[in-house]
Amino acid sequence: MKKIELNNISVSYIVGDFSNVGLKDVIIQKLKGNYTKKEFEALKDISFSIDEGELLGIIGTNGAGKSTLCKVISGIMRPTSGTMAVRGNIASLLELGTGFDGDLTVKENTFLRGAMLGYTKSFMNETYKSIIEFAELEEFEDRKFSHLSSGMKSRLAFSIACLVKPEILILDEVLSVGDGAFRKKSEQKMLEIIRGGATTLLVSHSLEQIRRMSTKVLWLEKGKQIDFGETKEICDKYEVFLKKK
Amino acid sequence: MFKNLFAKLKKNQFLFEELVKRDFKKKYKRTFLGMLWSILSPLLQLIVMAVVFTKFFGRNTQHYIIYLFSGNLIFSFFKESTTGGMHSLMSNANIIKKINLPKYMFLLSKEVSSCINFALTLVIYFIFVAIDGIPFSFRFIMLIYPVACLLVFNIGIGFILSALFVIFKDTQYLYDIFTQLLMYLSAIFYTVNIYPEKIQKLFYCNPIYVYITYFRRIVIDGVIPSVEMHMLCFGYALSVLVIGALIYKKYNYKFMYYM
Repeated sequence: MKKIELNNISVSYIVGDFSNVGLKDVIIQKLKGNYTKKEFEALKDISFSIDEGELLGIIGTNGAGKSTLCKVISGIMRPTSGTMAVRGNIASLLELGTGFDGDLTVKENTFLRGAMLGYTKSFMNETYKSIIEFAELEEFEDRKFSHLSSGMKSRLAFSIACLVKPEILILDEVLSVGDGAFRKKSEQKMLEIIRGGATTLLVSHSLEQIRRMSTKVLWLEKGKQIDFGETKEICDKYEVFLKKK
Repeated sequence: MFKNLFAKLKKNQFLFEELVKRDFKKKYKRTFLGMLWSILSPLLQLIVMAVVFTKFFGRNTQHYIIYLFSGNLIFSFFKESTTGGMHSLMSNANIIKKINLPKYMFLLSKEVSSCINFALTLVIYFIFVAIDGIPFSFRFIMLIYPVACLLVFNIGIGFILSALFVIFKDTQYLYDIFTQLLMYLSAIFYTVNIYPEKIQKLFYCNPIYVYITYFRRIVIDGVIPSVEMHMLCFGYALSVLVIGALIYKKYNYKFMYYM
């Protein structure tokens, strides 16, 4: 049974209707008769499937549609056309800092973010101490979140996120956080989760990381699927492509 | 379907609690007077209105202060709750864009904070009622009914407005004007009996007027309103909620494109 299956998935944004030009301009344009709704295709005909326990690396230059694809698979966005099947509970870490509130304390934020990631109250009560320990923020528990340095913020964010035990894990540029020592610790922790049997989607700009970790690779460019298949082959092609640019 | 909804609510209970806590803390944490503001602002408003309007309308109206307060109490609750509801999705846009959560959670948690505010003002209201020499009676328990209806009504309006606001940013200014006009149409500081009978009936087209009148009947007139009045309260609430929920259900995946 395939864990994730996408068939001809497309996503298009509508640009230029009244939500971004305002009602006044729409009325003027309509009166003049040059009102047009423009569509912007963020993803075009994406099809692939991966098995349980595989790690799919997603590569492509900026604006390739990698993040949009992650949003579609995690259910935040619905595709405009195409069908897909995602089997199992998903944890998607698209941006570790999401949901934190600068006005609340570190402790309050930890619980809030935990709740957003779908943890239960009892689980948070049990693990709160170890989260703070892992993030090395014991002295800052009652500080306001906005007073932390950006490194500390991402350490906290990672420590909360890495407690997930999903069947499907979606990681969008979140593997490298904090300073050198913490970076090593965090990658180690993520690897533990992945090796625990989670089917993983990994978006990364580090080709070295993709080569090292992925079992399959998907290459996107401007919303189009350039290639899908074996890691080495596609990474080599991608490297040639990057050099030519 | 209900079983499904219940399971969903249960699953998100923790998130809900945390969101309510967040909204509440954010609102009061850094202000000097904190929660006192929820009481002070309607009180000050009430005092000014009482000073100005008692001369014009107060002479023929019994318990004019309570008459005024009833109107102000209901209208402020409505206004605060729906305005907060309108912004609830956009102000959490960052979260909605990155985490797959039921979006109505943000609206509902906002409603809870406005309810707490309302409850605080309600306490002051009853103190005024006592000072004004109106005896407390068991009928006051019936006030739960219009409050519950109004809460449902507010949630429904919140659904509609938050959806509109995501797509169409002018909504906030239009709604500002709308509430101002609505306030003048809600008979908060004047009485409707100066109008002919037919026009008096027209006032019942305004749901806020209906809820205010229910309050006044019970507290000032000391009677339980008619069955029609009960049906009207419920009808407005239910129909707005249904419309809101339908809009929300139909468009909630489209919101992403506009955030």
